[in-house]
Order: sequence, then C-alpha cells, then structure tokens
Amino acid sequence: MAIYDARRRRSKFFLGLCYVFVAVGLGWLALILGTLLIEGFRGLSPAVFTEMTPPPGAEGGLLNAIAGSLIMTAIGVIVGAPLGMLAGTYMAEYGRYSKLTVVVRFINDILLSAPSIVVGLFVYEVMVVSMGHFSALAGAMALAVIVLPVVVRTTEDMLLLVPHTLREAASALGMSRSIVIAKVAYRAARAGLITGVLLAIARISGETAPLLFTALNNQFFSADVFKPMASLPVVIFQFALSPYKEWQQLAWTGALLITLAVLALSITARALQTQRNAK
Amino acid sequence: MTYLGELPEWEEASNAEKMPQRDGAAVPAPEAGDGPAANGGEFAGAGEAPKFGAVSKPPSAPLVPSKTQAELEHKVTIRNLNFYYGESQALKNVSLPIYAKQVTAFIGPSGCGKSTLLRILNRMYDLYPNQRAEGEVLLDGVNILRREQDLNLLRARVGMVFQKPTPFPMTIHDNIAFGIKLYHKLPKSELRDRVESALKQAALWEEVKDKLHASGLSLSGGQQQRLCIARTVAIEPEVILLDEPCSALDPISTAKIEETIDELKQEYTIAIVTHNMQQAARVSDHTAFMYLGELIEFGDTAHLFTAPAKTQTQNYITGRFG
Repeated sequence: MAIYDARRRRSKFFLGLCYVFVAVGLGWLALILGTLLIEGFRGLSPAVFTEMTPPPGAEGGLLNAIAGSLIMTAIGVIVGAPLGMLAGTYMAEYGRYSKLTVVVRFINDILLSAPSIVVGLFVYEVMVVSMGHFSALAGAMALAVIVLPVVVRTTEDMLLLVPHTLREAASALGMSRSIVIAKVAYRAARAGLITGVLLAIARISGETAPLLFTALNNQFFSADVFKPMASLPVVIFQFALSPYKEWQQLAWTGALLITLAVLALSITARALQTQRNAK
Repeated sequence: MTYLGELPEWEEASNAEKMPQRDGAAVPAPEAGDGPAANGGEFAGAGEAPKFGAVSKPPSAPLVPSKTQAELEHKVTIRNLNFYYGESQALKNVSLPIYAKQVTAFIGPSGCGKSTLLRILNRMYDLYPNQRAEGEVLLDGVNILRREQDLNLLRARVGMVFQKPTPFPMTIHDNIAFGIKLYHKLPKSELRDRVESALKQAALWEEVKDKLHASGLSLSGGQQQRLCIARTVAIEPEVILLDEPCSALDPISTAKIEETIDELKQEYTIAIVTHNMQQAARVSDHTAFMYLGELIEFGDTAHLFTAPAKTQTQNYITGRFG
C-alpha cells in the first residue's frame, strides 16, 4: 500500500506541475494578446485606413503600409504558390519513387527552416544590388522564397494523403497521368492545398526581416513595384523603436491588424481542414 | 459464426483460416467424382443463406453450360505469364484463356496472385516501379504486354472495378460523364442519356435519378460500388475486371452487384477476383483456382466446384486450408 500511495502522490505532484506550466504558457499568450488588443484598439480609427504614415510627431494612418503589405504578399504568393504546387506535385506524383524527390524534400526542409533574414540578404544580393535600388518587387520575391517551401511541403503532404485507389481508379478509366492529377488528385486534395496556401500567406504577412533589405520602406503611397514600398511589419519595426508617441501608437495598431489577419487566415485554414476531415 | 457471404473483406481473409474448424470437420470433403448434388447441397449449407437464395441464381445454374470450353471464343489469352514484384515472383508460368462474354472467376487464398493477375490485364502494375511481367497476354490476339502498347487505350478497352468503392470527389453525374468525356465530345443531352443508360446497366438509376448532382461520396458503400461499375460500363469497355468488388459490402449490396454482373455478361467479358467461393460459384461460368502464384486448376465452374481434379483445389473449396 505504501508503494501505491507514493505512486499516487507522485502522480498528483506531476499532474499539478503540468497544470502550472500550462497556465504559465497560456498566461504569457493572454498577456501578449491582451496588451496588443488594449493598445491596438486604442489607436484604431478610420484614419488608420485612410491616411498615410505621418512624419514624426504628426497624426496619420497606415494606408500605404497596409496597401504595400497586400501588394507584396499578393505578388509573393502569386509567384511562390504555383511554383511550390508544381514542385510538390512532382514529388508526390511523378517523382514519388525517385531519388531526386528525396533530395528535393531534404533541401526544401532546409529552406523551410532557413532564417528569413538570410532569405532577405540573399534577395538583397541578387536583386537589390544588381538593380541598384530597393524595390517592392525584391520584397515580393523574398516573400515568394519563403512561401515556396511551405507550399511545396503542404502540396506534397496533401497529395500523398489522396488514396492510391483513387488514382488507380482514374487510371483504370484510361485517363492520362496529367488528367488523373489535375482532375482527380487535386480535387480530392483541394481543401488541403488551399489550406497550405493560406498558411503560407499567414507566415509571410508578419515577416519583417526579408523586407528590411529589399522593399525598405516608403512614407508615401506607391503602387510602383520598382520603387521602395511600405509594409506593415517594417513600419511597425520602425515606429515601435521611435520615441514619438503617435508612431508608437500606430505600431500597436499595425500589430493588431496583422495579428487579426493571421488569426482569420488560421481559422479559415482550420475550418477547411475540418470540412475535409468530415467528408 | 456467421456464414461466409456476410463477412466483410477483412474478416473474410482470416475466415479462410478458420474454415477448417467449421467445415472441415462437419462436412466431409467431396471425393473427386462426387455427384453435383452432394456438392450443391454443401454449398447451400455453408454459404447459401435465405437472403441470397431469393436473389441469386441457384448454384445448379452453371451446371448446364450452353457451350463447352473448347467451343468458346478467347477474348484474352494468357500464355506463360510470370510476374515479379522486385525480386519476388508473384506469378509462375500462368496460362489460361478468358472467354468472351463469359464470367471467369479467380479464387485462391490471400497472396496467391489472383489480384496480381487481374492487374496485369489492364497493366495497372505499370503505375509502380519495380513491377514487371513476362510472357504474353493476348487481347484479341494482340500482346498487351509489348512495350509500345498505349496504356490509356488499353484501359479504355479493359475496365476495372476495385475492392473498395472509389467514387471521384464530384457529383454522381460527373463521376460517369467524366470517363465518357475522355473519349467522346457529346452534346449535354446525349451525355445525360449515356449517363442514364450506364446507371441503368449498373442497377443504380432508380436510386439516384433524383440526385444526380449530389456528391458521389454521399452514396452508401454499395451504391458507390455500383457507381464505379456504371462509370466503367459508361466508356463501353470490352472486358471488365472486378477485383473483389463485394468484399467491402453487405449481403444485400452484394446480391445487387451479382445481379448486375449477370446482366453485364450479355455484353462484356468479365473477370472477377473473389475471396468468397460461394460468390464464384454463383456468378461465374469458369473458375481458376490459384495457389502460391501458380494456376492449379482451371475449368468450368460447375465442374471445378463439384469434381475438382486436384487435391489442392478440393482442399481449398472445402475449406481445409486457406
């Protein structure tokens, strides 16, 4: 009985420890989110969406930064996602049994975990230096490089989940390989593929490092992709470090906007996933 | 212990092993030359449940084949076929004909190579590396194993229905129209007609005619399998391969599919792999018994089940091993 009691005490002790650490972990999250919500909402006003980033000490908004983020994210996804999907398709379908796939998967995993500042420096060397100036295009390319491995990974994983019997059934009707993939495998994996792209968007919408060296910043609205462009993360970075009250407030609000956008993307992705599982 | 026909596929495999305790002891193995009556009786006892009796043809039906095997036309001729999964040989020198507009059943314990054989007939194995076939498989006299064979055209002529229902993630209508559209450019109304007639051939029309635009995945397992049959029939193949088409289905769905097979053999040459010997006896005209990659015995179904020439066949159909 003594052994049993000791075991029970130990069990209780460790269970208690687990609860404490869960509370600590969640506590930090709650603190961060709470501060962000309070500080962010304080500065939220229509002006945020209608006015440009102000000079020091003046009132203003985040319009150019929001627009810049949207433009660069869009270009990054338009460039990176199709490339990633095609590569993932090769790995899961045509090259499923080839050695090349193993190599590509390994390299892709390295790229997936590469620090984004390295990606930024790389694009700086390749594009900014050769073009002679910072540009939104360079920023978008840096984001595309980050999108690429995420989409490659999810595309491959999702296509591998498509049961092989479905491919066999499609082939048995005399469909060529490409039709089987385009019309049956993609369709079966659709929710997962979209989820992958959404997660990639969520991933890059908060990236600062790759944009610092590439798109730099722009105090004014610009839709010219060959010129420097503002983006939310870079503006937050700059404004948060500044001594000006108005800038600091805008940084909080920008952070809130990014967080809400990422949250929305994650929830959509999760919903799609659940829908897929329910099927 | 449930009767054989009712068991789902995953239990059926193990059932083959359990059979000796049940059948082997209770029912004496028929000696070669035992009258058909003795065997017919055994089948009724072992597998023919009342549920089936009502819908399937009695086992005595194939006892009077209209033609002898020598008179039948070969649709497919398999000659000295060897098959390898990498290093291991799965088929050893198999030769047999598949007769036109007849049902040929392949039976044998798990791993005997019967599914492998079926997957050679439409070269399904070509989807995978390290699988190769040697020998000849003649479809209307032309060797389909030759390198320059167009696989898509072959598969249009030799359709296949799989063990598990595999509806495509699209509507019922599109599931069938998709295959047709691969080969024909048809106006919408004509396409609808083709879809309808395929569904009718697969005995599914009445159940789905009001929901053609529902997802194929919304159907029950048995309906999904008949949808797959309709999909195969819709592209008008010459040969239909059925790889344990009922193993995932309940007895009522099984009975419906067996009826469908009976209808289809008017127009198509059918090869069916089954673990269920009662099913083989019910639906097929000819039966091939395979064991460890070899064709042990091939013959008229009624004859093979009542008077098997080989001891191994006899042991298997009476449940002595599996």
